[in-house]
Amino acid sequence: MDDRFSTQPRTLFEKIWDAHAISEEPGQGTLLYIDRHLVHEVTTPQPFAALKEASRRVRHPEATFGMVDHSISTTPIGTYGKRSNIPVLDPARALQLATMDRNAHESGIRFFDIDDPRNGIVHITAPEQGITLPGMTIVCGDSHTSTHGAFGALAFGIGTSEVEHVLASQCLRQSRPKAMEVRIEGTLPAGCTAKDLALFLLGQIGTNAGTGHCIEFTGSAIRALSMEGRMTVCNMAIEGGARAGMIAPDETTFAYLQGRPFAPQGAAWDKAVAGWRTLRSDPDATYDRVLIVHCDDIAPQVTWGITPAMVAPVTGKVPDPAQFSDPKQRAAAQRALTYMGLAAGTPIEAITLDRVFIGSCTNGRIEDLRAAAAVLRGKKCAPGIRGMVVPGSGLIKQQAEAEGLDRIFIEAGFEWREPGCSMCCAMNDDRLAPGERCASTSNRNFEGRQGKGGRTHLVSPAMAAAAAVAGHFVDIRQ
Amino acid sequence: MQAFTTHHGLVMPLDRANVDTDAIIPAQYLTSVTRTGYAEGLFTNWRYLPNTREPDPAFVLNMPRYQGTSILLARENIGCGSSREHAPWALFEYGFRVIIAPSFADIFYNNCLNIGLLPIRIDTELVGSLFVETAASEGYSLDIDLAEQSITTPGGRVLNFALDPFRKNALLQGLDAIGMTLQQQDRIAAYENRRKQEAPWQFA
Repeated sequence: MDDRFSTQPRTLFEKIWDAHAISEEPGQGTLLYIDRHLVHEVTTPQPFAALKEASRRVRHPEATFGMVDHSISTTPIGTYGKRSNIPVLDPARALQLATMDRNAHESGIRFFDIDDPRNGIVHITAPEQGITLPGMTIVCGDSHTSTHGAFGALAFGIGTSEVEHVLASQCLRQSRPKAMEVRIEGTLPAGCTAKDLALFLLGQIGTNAGTGHCIEFTGSAIRALSMEGRMTVCNMAIEGGARAGMIAPDETTFAYLQGRPFAPQGAAWDKAVAGWRTLRSDPDATYDRVLIVHCDDIAPQVTWGITPAMVAPVTGKVPDPAQFSDPKQRAAAQRALTYMGLAAGTPIEAITLDRVFIGSCTNGRIEDLRAAAAVLRGKKCAPGIRGMVVPGSGLIKQQAEAEGLDRIFIEAGFEWREPGCSMCCAMNDDRLAPGERCASTSNRNFEGRQGKGGRTHLVSPAMAAAAAVAGHFVDIRQ
Repeated sequence: MQAFTTHHGLVMPLDRANVDTDAIIPAQYLTSVTRTGYAEGLFTNWRYLPNTREPDPAFVLNMPRYQGTSILLARENIGCGSSREHAPWALFEYGFRVIIAPSFADIFYNNCLNIGLLPIRIDTELVGSLFVETAASEGYSLDIDLAEQSITTPGGRVLNFALDPFRKNALLQGLDAIGMTLQQQDRIAAYENRRKQEAPWQFA
């Protein structure tokens, strides 16, 4: 596949796809080259074991970046000295983490171990390190790989069998998805963030709208977002069913990347940026589907149900299932209310909380921590609220401490913890007890996501912080 | 991968849209380093009575009429959420060989195909009719023919489904995907050499 001679107008997605298609034969799918393979402890044990059994090597260890994030404890180091000194009590997790260590060292992949300050949540560390670059194909055995699309990369989650395939061949065989444009016009109002935009969008389009598509986010509101804001939006693309979400790179992107450890340097940087400037959809390119959304009048969002699309403005109310004309939607809403322990018609601002979690690959970056700290400065958590702040990487933790954000969190009564996926996914010690209600800056509110019987409300970092102080949701614009 | 050609099996209806992969196999099972051992974790939070390993008789998986099931009949967007391939592993280990739904989440769909668990997409109305027929007769079973891309009901109604030809071929032959790709090593190397000139920043 050669993109040098294409004269048809193409979308950004098509340009990246075409540039990485090694072969595309009818009935054979596309053999797609993968530039960056991000790996972590959950979806690597089986692939490495299978490679060994088949006497296959990792084709490109230097293009494979490993981290530990899902299963690790976020317990403060305290007197242990370093994280690797903290015993892992669960034997399965201990084995899984030891397996990652061993596989990483035997295969020679690049690996940030648990004591490495660069280690963190994979979708936070890779962009921070300049591992994620525009125009690349990036995969990882994790659905929120869509995050990296914020840089104008084609980035998507894969399953364990595909992880094995990429390790062995640096390729994937895929069917070409369709291209969808989601254009967001207007200006995000004060008090609303990229997270609110993402949640609002999901409420509009549902969890299935992007299935079979790669979404390209365009429009003035997207251009106005910082890189961290763009990462939040692309992170949530998977919740709308889209395997991948992307935003064309621009000066904001290049400014973020310049000087990062794995980004090109010197003359190579100049050459790269010249190439990246061509990474945009052609003016006459057509998408399979286009959606236009206006965001001037949105409000801070809060999910009330058990999918990210079951969302309302903070000024709104928990819906009455009877108001849904479709019987399946009505049944789903009723089930959601029962699981969440909410009565129809309850104002969102009246919902009281037990826990607050600030972190995750959606909102665990320095701007997120600053936003939360700005709300918490000089304030305290309401009685009965247990709050946790989990920075997304060791470097973000260091930066937050240099800025004094940790002191603000601790004085407000929050736990300031070590980096990791933490309570987003209940795969480590951080989880909700049955019935506990949590304001969370993560990305999924499915039944049991944060712990069996746990009740998750997705919000932005500032909304989570304000809810911690009040003990219930509040409209932070007031 | 085990080859898939034809299958005759008992249908189990899971009458809920947006069944996510956390529901199919919760996080506590994802610390395992093996590909097996997930069957007992399938639908954990719906399947067992609270805080026990006692089957909840109200959950469809536990109902006597669906014991021995191998065909899952589901609603929209099955397999949404996390990319965990553990979800299709759990389903396959439990005994499912086919999933029929109006729509599948993309990653889950691919994961199913990669392990030989056939995901079949058919229209919402047709799925609805299968739910009705399944409820109406105990022991309701379907015949699946992958080569023909067909589902045949007990009443003789034939429903056709679409499937990417390369996926279909891989399933019919039980192909080793990695082995096939590695036969193209020369082409992969040629791509890498050309691309290093055009876009050196792509290479670490």
